[in-house]
Amino acid sequence: MLKPALRDPAALPRLALALLAIIILWPGIKLSELDLGVLFDAENSKTMGSFLSGFWPPAHDSEFLHILLRATLETLAIATAGMALALLLAIPCGLLASRALSLSAAHRNGRLAWWSLALRWPVRGLLIVLRSVPEVVWALLFVRAVGLGPTAGVLAIAITYSGMLGKVYAEIFESVDPRPARALLVAGSPRLMAFAYGVLPNASAEMLSYTVYRWECAVRASVVMGFVGAGGLGQQIDLSLRMFAGGEVASMLLTFLLLVLLADQLSRLLRARLQ
Amino acid sequence: MTVTLQGVGLTHANGQVALSDIDLTINAAERIAIIGPSGAGKTTLLRLLATSLQPSTGSISLLEQQPWALSASQRQRLRARIGLIHQAPPLPPRQRVVTAILAGKLGAWSLLKSLLNLFYPVDITGAQAALARLDLADKLFERCDQLSGGQLQRAGIARVLYQGPQLILADEPVSAMDPVLAGHTLSVLNNEAAARGVTLLASLHAVDLAMAHFPRVIGVRAGRIMFDLPSDQISPEQLDTLYANEKLQPTPEVITPPPLVVQIPRC
Amino acid sequence: MKYLLNYSLVALLLASVFASFSYLNIDLTTLFAGDGLSQMGSYASGFFSPDFNASHLRAIGKGALETLAMSSIGTLLAALLGMLLALPAAGRFGLFAMSLSRLLLNALRAIPELVWAALVVLAAGLGPNAGTLALALHTAGVLGRLFAEALENVSDEPAQAIRLAGGGRAVAFCYGTLPEVWPQLIAYTLYRWENNIRMASVLGFVGAGGLGQMLYFHLSLFQEAQAASVILAMLVLVLAVDALSAWARQRWVSQ
Repeated sequence: MLKPALRDPAALPRLALALLAIIILWPGIKLSELDLGVLFDAENSKTMGSFLSGFWPPAHDSEFLHILLRATLETLAIATAGMALALLLAIPCGLLASRALSLSAAHRNGRLAWWSLALRWPVRGLLIVLRSVPEVVWALLFVRAVGLGPTAGVLAIAITYSGMLGKVYAEIFESVDPRPARALLVAGSPRLMAFAYGVLPNASAEMLSYTVYRWECAVRASVVMGFVGAGGLGQQIDLSLRMFAGGEVASMLLTFLLLVLLADQLSRLLRARLQ
Repeated sequence: MTVTLQGVGLTHANGQVALSDIDLTINAAERIAIIGPSGAGKTTLLRLLATSLQPSTGSISLLEQQPWALSASQRQRLRARIGLIHQAPPLPPRQRVVTAILAGKLGAWSLLKSLLNLFYPVDITGAQAALARLDLADKLFERCDQLSGGQLQRAGIARVLYQGPQLILADEPVSAMDPVLAGHTLSVLNNEAAARGVTLLASLHAVDLAMAHFPRVIGVRAGRIMFDLPSDQISPEQLDTLYANEKLQPTPEVITPPPLVVQIPRC
Repeated sequence: MKYLLNYSLVALLLASVFASFSYLNIDLTTLFAGDGLSQMGSYASGFFSPDFNASHLRAIGKGALETLAMSSIGTLLAALLGMLLALPAAGRFGLFAMSLSRLLLNALRAIPELVWAALVVLAAGLGPNAGTLALALHTAGVLGRLFAEALENVSDEPAQAIRLAGGGRAVAFCYGTLPEVWPQLIAYTLYRWENNIRMASVLGFVGAGGLGQMLYFHLSLFQEAQAASVILAMLVLVLAVDALSAWARQRWVSQ
């Protein structure tokens, strides 16, 4: 009988991983200047306390509530309009980037011809660039290009989210069963019809569910983008923060909470309908 | 007296009567098989003895203690002395076999030792010895989801062997093994029980295995004890009444744990 | 009936899209017609010659490292805090603790990172520390909710088996529940890390350090060339983190 191995073979890799984690973590903590103490520092908590004490009662005079309602509607509208524009760009890009509708793949058992692969790369690269620059950066750029206001926010969401949606749509198209579309393509139907009859029926549920999720994210993003002047709730809260108007900040934070819970419920409802 | 049940009955929350009027006395170091048609209450009886279920009527005493009169922490100490072998061993699929085996002694270990064991197995030799008795020593550092159904059952048995309890309860311990392996595994259990003077109770669906390996056999049907005899005194007629009208059942299917589903959010 | 409901849902969606555009008074035709487009073109052309000056690159490198550190440490802290809150939120310590921790998680989650950053900058001063804490607070809310969901969905049999063999609650959690949920926990944490690297690179806009602060600075001085190289650095950073996270997912989650 072989001599039994009585040392844990995973011990060394684990030790190495732990050491590596510490080696990486230490400069990380240094660089991020992490200091949890500031949250509990007496001096700071006094400043913070006096600021927070202004939070109660939340501002609720009718004039402010009117502004709040307008800003909230604006936020929702920015998210919705941005998503609509993003979809206009994302669906064609997703179709172009996906391998599911390749004619050359249809009769080669899924392998693409080299030129077919080469054609897909520019679209993929475009999607990667669009989604990898954060939406707030786009918003900042657009604020300078088209001026302060919701237009910059809508364009920023449209650009970033078309990248995200396009990439994920392409992935979804490729993840469904390719045989129905291939059969249609080989039988001579045009690509768009092959997509509509061969891919879409299997992909629509996941696409819709992801789109609803992204809309939820867009609502959050449009709040954030207000900070760089792209309209909506964020712009209001930036103003109130600068004026140290605690009550107004408090009502707006409560509105955020409400908005997030509402978006949760709405997306749950929509997804339940789609199942 | 290792186990005493007096007038024990169990009614499920939905009103279904699972066991009624069970009187049972088991002495130390006895080895007993429980047989009966499926749905007779064998598993429920073992779960009662493992203090996994609380009886609705009657009194139960295990290892000279009344489990349901004890405080929660005392009951945990009692449970550490009882080992339950599950039909489908609930071993986490991604856990390594060595960790799953060593988890048998968690009831006896301090918290510190238990946590340390997660990072480096503190008793590799012990785990290996327990596995070796079931010819599974080569799987020591594999993950549980790499074992077949029968291997998983043997790993579950090895865990209880490593636990070293004074009362071993086994619920269909060999249902996923072929007859030769099943026989061998039952002898390992019986040898362990005989060598350490441990009480052993096993439910089995194969009557021949029960007769061959256990000196005492209890027949259960419809939540009641039909007979409780030395295995050489059981007549074919008694077995026929025990299994009367049972639909022909295939042997219990091989249990493989469901694959772990990880949701990966799309970003 | 079901079709009718679905069609009216689609109609409602379309109506809300049109309502959004008209509410915002966005006229895309004027934006992209004639003058507007050429103006945007001249603005954009400033970005096509990024500044790769050595001293500027050094500053970018430091900013990028700071951003990376903020996102990773923030995510790690969030995972710890989220786990701490997810245990009661999954109902393991009674109903009262459950509703309290869920409320806390929702509140943490509802306030966006940038608002947290603005608040923390008030309390902790300018710098990456504020950004790290802001990311940690918001992400703790998100991860806590996801972790709680994962904890609720996991089978409790292995943990029950440990309890039946006499193990304590903490031990049963570590040996029975954790091995089953940790791939899911890691998957969620990696997903949030990918999100947070994007967020960390903009938190500087409110004074929380990193690349965002540089970008804001250069853009307000109309130094498009310098801003362009900062944006390129953000792009590289995001792609690098995406790749790293995909590798980690392959290594620890999928298999």
